[in-house]
Amino acid sequence: MPKVTIDGIVVEVAAGSTILQAAEQAGIEIPRFCYHERLSIAGNCRMCLVEVEKTPPKPIASCGYPVADGMVVHTDSPMVRKGRRGVMEFLLINHPLDCPICDQGGECDLQDQAMGFGADHSRYDENKRAVPDKNLGPLVKTSMNRCIHCTRCIRFITEVAGVPDLGATARGEHMEVGTYVEKALGSELSGNIIDLCPVGALTSKPYAFVARPWELQKVDSIDVLDAVGTNIRIDARGTEVLRILPRINEDVNEEWLGDKSRFALDGLKRRRLDRPWVRENGKLRAATWDQAFDAIATKLKGLSGDRIGAIAGDLVDAESVLALKDLLASLGSTNVDCRQDGARLDASRRDFYCFNTSIAGIEEADAILIVGSNPRKEAPVLNARIRKAWAASGLPVAVIGSETDLTYPVLHLGTGPSVLTDLHSGSNAFATILANAKKPMIIVGQGALARPDGTAILAAAWRLAAHVGALSFDWHGFNILHTAAGRVGALDLGFVPGPNGKGVDAMLDGGLDLLWLLGADGFDSARIAAGTFVVYQGHHGDAGAQRADVILPGAAYTEKSGTYVNTEGRAQRGFKAVYPPGEAREDWTILRAFSAIIGKTLPYDTIEALRARMEQINPVFGRVGFMPRFGCSDHTGPAGDPSVLSDAPLVSTVPNYYATDPISRASPTMAACIEAQSQPALAAE
Amino acid sequence: MLHDKDRIFTNLYGQHDPFLKGARSRGDWDNTAAILSRGRDAIIQEMKDSGLRGRGGAGFPTGLKWSFMPKQSDRPCYLVVNGDESEPGTCKDRDILRHDPHKLIEGCLVAGFAMGACAAYIYVRGEFYDEIVALQHAVDEAYEAGLIGKNACGSGYDYDVFVHRGAGAYICGEETALIESLEGKKGMPRMKPPFPAGVGLYGCPSTVNNVESIAVAPTILRRGAAWFTSLGRPNNAGQKLFCISGHVNKPCNVEEELGIPLRELIERYAGGVRGGWDNLLAVIPGGASVPLMPKATCDDILMDFDSLRAVRSGLGTAAVIVMDKSTDVIKAIARLSKFYMHESCGQCTPCREGTGWMWRVMTRMVEGRATSDEIDTLEAVTRQVEGHTICALGDAAAWPIQGLIRHFRPVMEERIAAYRKKPMPMAAE
Repeated sequence: MPKVTIDGIVVEVAAGSTILQAAEQAGIEIPRFCYHERLSIAGNCRMCLVEVEKTPPKPIASCGYPVADGMVVHTDSPMVRKGRRGVMEFLLINHPLDCPICDQGGECDLQDQAMGFGADHSRYDENKRAVPDKNLGPLVKTSMNRCIHCTRCIRFITEVAGVPDLGATARGEHMEVGTYVEKALGSELSGNIIDLCPVGALTSKPYAFVARPWELQKVDSIDVLDAVGTNIRIDARGTEVLRILPRINEDVNEEWLGDKSRFALDGLKRRRLDRPWVRENGKLRAATWDQAFDAIATKLKGLSGDRIGAIAGDLVDAESVLALKDLLASLGSTNVDCRQDGARLDASRRDFYCFNTSIAGIEEADAILIVGSNPRKEAPVLNARIRKAWAASGLPVAVIGSETDLTYPVLHLGTGPSVLTDLHSGSNAFATILANAKKPMIIVGQGALARPDGTAILAAAWRLAAHVGALSFDWHGFNILHTAAGRVGALDLGFVPGPNGKGVDAMLDGGLDLLWLLGADGFDSARIAAGTFVVYQGHHGDAGAQRADVILPGAAYTEKSGTYVNTEGRAQRGFKAVYPPGEAREDWTILRAFSAIIGKTLPYDTIEALRARMEQINPVFGRVGFMPRFGCSDHTGPAGDPSVLSDAPLVSTVPNYYATDPISRASPTMAACIEAQSQPALAAE
Repeated sequence: MLHDKDRIFTNLYGQHDPFLKGARSRGDWDNTAAILSRGRDAIIQEMKDSGLRGRGGAGFPTGLKWSFMPKQSDRPCYLVVNGDESEPGTCKDRDILRHDPHKLIEGCLVAGFAMGACAAYIYVRGEFYDEIVALQHAVDEAYEAGLIGKNACGSGYDYDVFVHRGAGAYICGEETALIESLEGKKGMPRMKPPFPAGVGLYGCPSTVNNVESIAVAPTILRRGAAWFTSLGRPNNAGQKLFCISGHVNKPCNVEEELGIPLRELIERYAGGVRGGWDNLLAVIPGGASVPLMPKATCDDILMDFDSLRAVRSGLGTAAVIVMDKSTDVIKAIARLSKFYMHESCGQCTPCREGTGWMWRVMTRMVEGRATSDEIDTLEAVTRQVEGHTICALGDAAAWPIQGLIRHFRPVMEERIAAYRKKPMPMAAE
């Protein structure tokens, strides 16, 4: 490994590192605009100039210059300082002096670096350049006068998001970044260019002129609008969530965040349930907590356990799921289910329902088969990881299901599940690729499971995985891609029908007298039998609440401290950023309070006690944030006959990325996205 | 002075048949297989011994450049010929392309063989329509005659030559931008390292050479390095095409030895400066991007790489632009600034922003609408651009202005003073 001396500090770095990386290792920060560690190196901003001894006497861009053994680098010599000051001056001559009205103010790289490396006055007396602003759709606001042409946004959209939407037109000082022809960005990851933009050229449209970064309270949390478990930071002021940004987690989301998760937050302020309601004479009437609890308690009186049931929704935290399960158990009921979409998930073994390869593990794979899923819509951040793996190794990806653009080339094997049989028998050409792969992955989406033959497809997919060598001691290539953030946690807590318990279908078809919906809106509420008394506990007045007889206002994910297990099976914890609106309460406390009213007090008074019980049930909850990866030693597959497959084509369960849950359905921004997406050319206001 | 027997481009003016029959009568394609049979190393050594320096402007030794190509490669190697001749004042490659294309094609084979390339891509400036037609015709002829293609010249070596049309961007004459453009991307220079000899066209080892450098190679190999070094001056061997334009009586292209005195070059071939030598103001000796020289320097300067470098100018492409005393030299350089602003690719900050700034200040300097302090600022801006960019366009934009300030600062100050003396137009009340 080459040894390099940087400002007198000797560091040994991996061969092929750049000077900038070596400097970082030596703890020396080199200013930069265009360089970003997750994008290709452009070397165009010229801010990272350094001086290298024994090279021609001119500064060198450290971001793209590979180190050599014995190299001596100066990052603070007079030549370097002069160079940086010059570059800084050039960047500023055409940059507007509009910092007071710029949304980037306070977190602007240009501001910061101008303070650090710029001159104290301008020598430029000519007119500044004016560039027309571009309309990139409802999410990204542009102010192109501010653009410093670092091309980070272009590189992100092209390389990471995989859509050829952004580029630079014209050249020299007339170079402009834009979409060539005015259109909304066609990526589910487009919001990330706001974070990447080092200046205020690209800012958040919904967040425009809303707040300054120093006014915000920053709380770490976990995104729940898909099952990836993206690490987020919630920026709130007072009672309002104003902004959601990604946090870095190399194992999960790197530093990306899907557009829905970033921008659906205005849905948190709309259609909220902020007080209890009770249905009287067919009409919902505002009530107090006591009245609502009384109504339920009255109904419960005399009901036997098997006439009571509960369904957990997609956004639920593990704490409230366990509290609800314990509550029903105390009433003698095992009628609980978290698979509201009817997915034939097998909860008997953990690797039957998890994304076992892990998200980071995708990069090790050498062949991928996607069954009944559209990862681009169901989990855009995970899809970016598949694209990353494809870009690095060109790995073959095949899809069974609808033919869609996943941002990387795929082999479309067919639409029906029978292809799985062909792959198993070897009559499909892709079978050889899978069999020859050392680390093949099979990804089964909810579209393959939420259908009558889901059990058979699950079994067939497992059988194929075992057949092609995807299951070994050090590699688990069988993966379930979830779309619901609360699902894996609920499965881990055993929120599935117990012995003789009723599943979702049986519960809805009149098998119950009292049905408790914990944020469950994912099915047609008309399916609930007429005589069933429905308690809806949740945060949005969505499908479930409309059918409810009693509504208990709960907290959304930004308003409670909760544990979520992502599709990989990684338990992660989010913290409370704001208080729930009105009389709404954190969900587990509602269940705990109700249990006391009916005299079945749950045995925990604090969330810590509840979490201790969670850990007792499943040790996964004891290692928050950490996930060991296992191989597969037991090849016994999930129950189900892999041969009884139907011919119905596999379709993704996410027809529209921007409206999948009560929060995104209530969000005006998401509605604008849907409109822009349906007519991208007319997205202009 | 170059004797007729030592001329390489014997059809420079197009009086003879430019195509295969005529080319053969001038000695091209004469037993090329014998040259190839000497082997790669011998050819490269001969080129190194000849001291040929690249004719595209930078003057890097051609043989040395060829030797950077990997001896063994698991990927294909390419020769890329730079025919994107866009430097203002330069028109030498154009005459080679249309009047002597077979010299270039034979050179492609010889050079490509020496560096182990499987194909040559000749990138020709898009505006050169007739030249491309002529070149393509010559390439087709050469294929038909078995001179290139499978078993080129019967040597057992397979070699292809492709002609590619550019779209008229000056920056595509920069070697890595040219490669990008050939690959179908926007012509923007790449960062170096990696150098093209490691990662070039389509990610494969490549060498980019100027048309003239390649076209002279077969003759050098036929007549020997010793013959070539006998021409010119030490470290500036051989002959060169000079393009003389501007305020001369007979602008022309001419082949001459390196090291010929500038005055002799202009008076012998271009009919002298308009109005006589004493009417000379300045000369840009090597195409738009090198600093100009005032008359005092021009009187006895020799036209070669090292002599011109010694007076802080450069040979560049040997495009001699002559300006007589009727020239507004500030305006002339301002026009060049506009050219560089227009042709900057917009990638690097200093060049993108700096070329526009320089042009704007230069436009004011033309009128004198400035202060003399601003001359220093302008100078400082050129220094801030020079050497801070990925490619040399930033340098090329800076040098003419630096030359102007170095030699004509009094003229600029006079202009400013004159502007100050003019009555100020009064604003209507």
